[in-house]
Amino acid sequence: MAITFTLNGKSTTVEVDPQMPLLWVLRDTLDMTGTKFGCGMALCGACTVHINGEATRSCITPISSVTGKKITTIEGLSADASHPVQRAWIEEDVPQCGYCQSGQIMSAVALLAKKPNPTDADIDNAMSGNICRCGTYQRIRKAIHRAATLQAAK
Amino acid sequence: MTQSISFHRRDFLKKTAAGGAGLVIGFYLPGKYEALAGVPPREPTPINAWVQIAPDDLVTLLIDKSEMGQGASTALSMILAEELDLDWKKIKTEFAPAAPQYFNPVFGLQGTGGSTSVRGSWEPLAKAGAAAREMLVATAAKRWGVDAAACHTENSEVLNTASGKRLGYGSLVEEAAKLPVPVSPKRKEAKDYKYIGKPTKRIDSAVKANGKAEFGIDVRRPHMLHAVVARCPVFGGKPKSFDATKAKSVRGVKNVVQVSTGVAVVADNTWSAMEGRRALEIAWDEGSNAKNSSEAIRKLYHESLQQTGAIARKDGDVDAALGSAAKKVEAVYEVPFLAHATMEPMNCTADVRADGCDIYAPTQFQTFSQMTGAKVTGLKPEQVRIHTTYLGGGFGRRAEQDFILEAVEVSKAMNAPVQVTWSREDDMQHDFYRPAAFTKLTGGLDSDGWPLAWKCRVVSPSIMSRFFPGSVKNGLDNSSVEGIVEAKYAIPNFLCEYVLTETGVPVGFWRSVGNSQNGYITESFVDELAKAGGKDPFEFRRKLLEKAPRHRGVLELAAEKAGWSKPLPAGRYRGIAVVESFGSFVAQVAEISLDRKAGTVRVHKVVAAVDCGRYVNPETIHAQIEGAIIYGLSAALKGEITIANGRVEQANFNDYDLVRIDEAPQIEVHIVESKDGPGGIGEPGTPPIAPAVCNAIFSATGKPVRRLPIRAADLA
Repeated sequence: MAITFTLNGKSTTVEVDPQMPLLWVLRDTLDMTGTKFGCGMALCGACTVHINGEATRSCITPISSVTGKKITTIEGLSADASHPVQRAWIEEDVPQCGYCQSGQIMSAVALLAKKPNPTDADIDNAMSGNICRCGTYQRIRKAIHRAATLQAAK
Repeated sequence: MTQSISFHRRDFLKKTAAGGAGLVIGFYLPGKYEALAGVPPREPTPINAWVQIAPDDLVTLLIDKSEMGQGASTALSMILAEELDLDWKKIKTEFAPAAPQYFNPVFGLQGTGGSTSVRGSWEPLAKAGAAAREMLVATAAKRWGVDAAACHTENSEVLNTASGKRLGYGSLVEEAAKLPVPVSPKRKEAKDYKYIGKPTKRIDSAVKANGKAEFGIDVRRPHMLHAVVARCPVFGGKPKSFDATKAKSVRGVKNVVQVSTGVAVVADNTWSAMEGRRALEIAWDEGSNAKNSSEAIRKLYHESLQQTGAIARKDGDVDAALGSAAKKVEAVYEVPFLAHATMEPMNCTADVRADGCDIYAPTQFQTFSQMTGAKVTGLKPEQVRIHTTYLGGGFGRRAEQDFILEAVEVSKAMNAPVQVTWSREDDMQHDFYRPAAFTKLTGGLDSDGWPLAWKCRVVSPSIMSRFFPGSVKNGLDNSSVEGIVEAKYAIPNFLCEYVLTETGVPVGFWRSVGNSQNGYITESFVDELAKAGGKDPFEFRRKLLEKAPRHRGVLELAAEKAGWSKPLPAGRYRGIAVVESFGSFVAQVAEISLDRKAGTVRVHKVVAAVDCGRYVNPETIHAQIEGAIIYGLSAALKGEITIANGRVEQANFNDYDLVRIDEAPQIEVHIVESKDGPGGIGEPGTPPIAPAVCNAIFSATGKPVRRLPIRAADLA
C-alpha cells in the first residue's frame, strides 16, 4: 500500500509493507543510509530521527504510523554539515568511529529545540537513550553546550 | 598482543603459502570517499603506494589502516603531509585496497590491531613522504635549471628560493613519478614539524556529522540483495534440517540458502530478510556444547586452578620466599566473558562473479578477508578485491572473518551482490568474546610490609591457539598473561603460571586483549598488598617502581593532578592504578561515591596520565584515553556474558548495557612529554580503569573487589 509523508521537506511516497519500520524504509527503500541500525529495539538511539519535531527511534516505528507526518533525518539538517549542532560536533572533534553520531546529533537537535540552553541534567535526560561505544560522551556534552551558544548567536 | 607480535609474521607466511596468496595488484575506486566540495574529480597520478597527486594539486592519501574511530586516518595523513609539506586543505583520503605494499610492518600482513598504526607506520610513511618530496623538488629544479638545494617546499608547492617562483605538485607529479625513488631521503627535523605533535582535528568529523560517512552497512550496489543468517544458538551447532516454506512466503524474500554458518534468508530489503528468518523453521543439531553453562565453566576453572601451569615468568624462588614471609595475602580473581558490542553490527557486502569478487567490508584484516574470499570462490587472491569502508567500531571483533565468509557464500549461492546484516542479537550471541578468566594470587610481605614474593596462576582459554596456532608453545599463550608478566614492581621472587583451559565459547581480541583482565587483577592485588603492608597505595607503587621511570612518571603525574595527597569531601573515595601496554604507560585516578542502599557506585572523575612516547596527534591521545576509559568502565560496572544451555543469555542492550552519558565521569588527560617510543594509543587507556575504580571501592569498604563486574554485594 502507498504511504505518503514529508521527508526532509519533500513529499515522499513509498509502496511497502505497512509494518516495515521507518528505519528500513529510509535505509533500504530510499537508500538514505545516514540513519543507522543499532539494536532494533529502541535501546541505543542510533536510528533517531524527528517525527513532527520529536526525537523518535525509527527502528520500532512502523511506516504506516508516519502517514502525513513530517520526518527529518540527519540528511535533512544541512547538506554540508553547517547546522549549528553539526558545527559544534566538528569543532569539539566529537566523533570517533562515528556510527552513533547521526542519532546523537538528532537527539541533541531535538533537545535544543525545546531547551535552547540546556543544563547538564537536561543533557543527561535527553541523551541517555543514545549509546556511544567509543565513549565520546564528554565531548557530546561540550558540543551541546557549544551548539547552544552558536544557536543563540544566530 | 604485544608479546606475540613476533610470531605473527611466521605464522601468517605459513598460512599464505598454504592459501596460495601471491602478489596482488593494487587498485582503488577514485572519489569513493569525501571529495572536497566544489573540486571536480581529476585523474591523480600515484607517486608511491600512499600518495596520488591530481593536476589541480588535490592530494589523495591512501590509508592502509582500518579507521574504526581510533584516528589512524588523521595521524597517518599528518605523517605524510608533514614530510611532503602538503597543504592540509588540499588532501583527501581513501582506504587502500588489499595489497602487499600495505602490509602492516608489525604483523607482516595487512591489518589493524595491537595499537600498531602509528608505531608501525610512522617510519615507512615518513620515508615515503620524504622520498616523494625529493622527487618533486628534483623535477622542479630541473625545469628551472637550478640545483635542488636552491628549492624548498611548502603547502603542496615547490619554491625556487631565490626567485620566489612556484610550481604546484600537480604540475610536477607526472614527471616526478618516473624518477628513481631515493633510498635515503632527507627527513624533516622534529623542530621543523608543522603538523606532527600539534593538536589536529580529525579529518573525518564532517562526514561523520552529516551522515555521509560510508560504513559497511551503508554499502549500496546495483541489484544488491539483503540477507540475514540464522545461526545455531549453541556454539558449534549445525542445522539438522530446515523448512523454508513459510520464510519464502514472506513479502520480499527471494530465497533461503544454507551456508557454513547456518541458513541465510535473502530478500530485497533487510527487514523482509529478518521477517523471513522469523518464519524459518530449523531443527538444530546442537552438538557437544548443548549443555554448557557458566557454572560448568567456573567449575572447570576451579579444577584448573589446582593444576600446575606453563611458566610465563619466573624470578627467584617464590615458594621459599613465601615460606619466610611475615605476612601472606591470598586471593582468587574472576572476570567474565565480554562482548565487543560495536555500534555497527557485523555485516559484509560481497559480489561474487565468475571472473572476480568484490568484498565491501568494515574489516580490520584485509589480507585475511582477501584469503577468505579466495577460499570460498576458488578465485585467485588478486581477483578478490577488498573495499574497506569506515568501521562502526572494531575493538578486535573485526579481526575475525566469520562475517566475510558467510557474505561471500551467500553471494556465490545467489549469483548476485548480497549484503549480510547481523541483528544486534546475532552480534551479541555470536561474538568471539574476551576470555573469562580465574587467577589465583599469593603475595608475601616482609616484616616492614614490602613484598617479597608474587605467585599467580592464570586460568583462561587461549585466543592465539585459534588465531595464530603456531604462537602457542608448551601450553603458553602470551596474550593470556600479558598485563601480569610485564609487571615492573620490585618484587624479588615472582612466578606466573598459565593453565590453558578451553570452554567451548569462542574467544578473540577485545580492546587491550589480556591486559584488559590482567591489568585489573594485577593492580587490584597490588592494592591488597599495600593495605596488608600498611602502606598508601600510591606511595607503595612509587617505591616499588623506583627503577621503572616511565611507570613512575605517569603515576606521579596522575596523583599530582588528582590531588592524591589532598583530603576528599565526605563520601568520596579515590583509587589509583598504572598499567603498561602496547608500548605505552597509563596511570589513572578514579574518584567515586557509593550508594550502599541502592548497591551502586558512581564514578565522578577520572584523571589519567599517559606516556606514549613520541606522538603524532595529541588530540587523538585525549580522545582515545577518554574513550578507552568509558569502554573499560562499561566492563567494570556492567559487562558480563553468561552461558546457559550452551547459549549466550544476553541478547541486546537491555541485558548487556553499556555506560551512557548520565553515568560517564568527567575525564582529564595529561600527557607526559617523552622522546621514547612511539607507543600505541588505541588500547592502553582501557586496562587501568577497572582497578582504579575497584581500588577506590576497596578504600571505601575495606573489601577488595575480586570479581567483575562490580556487584551490589561488593559495596556493602
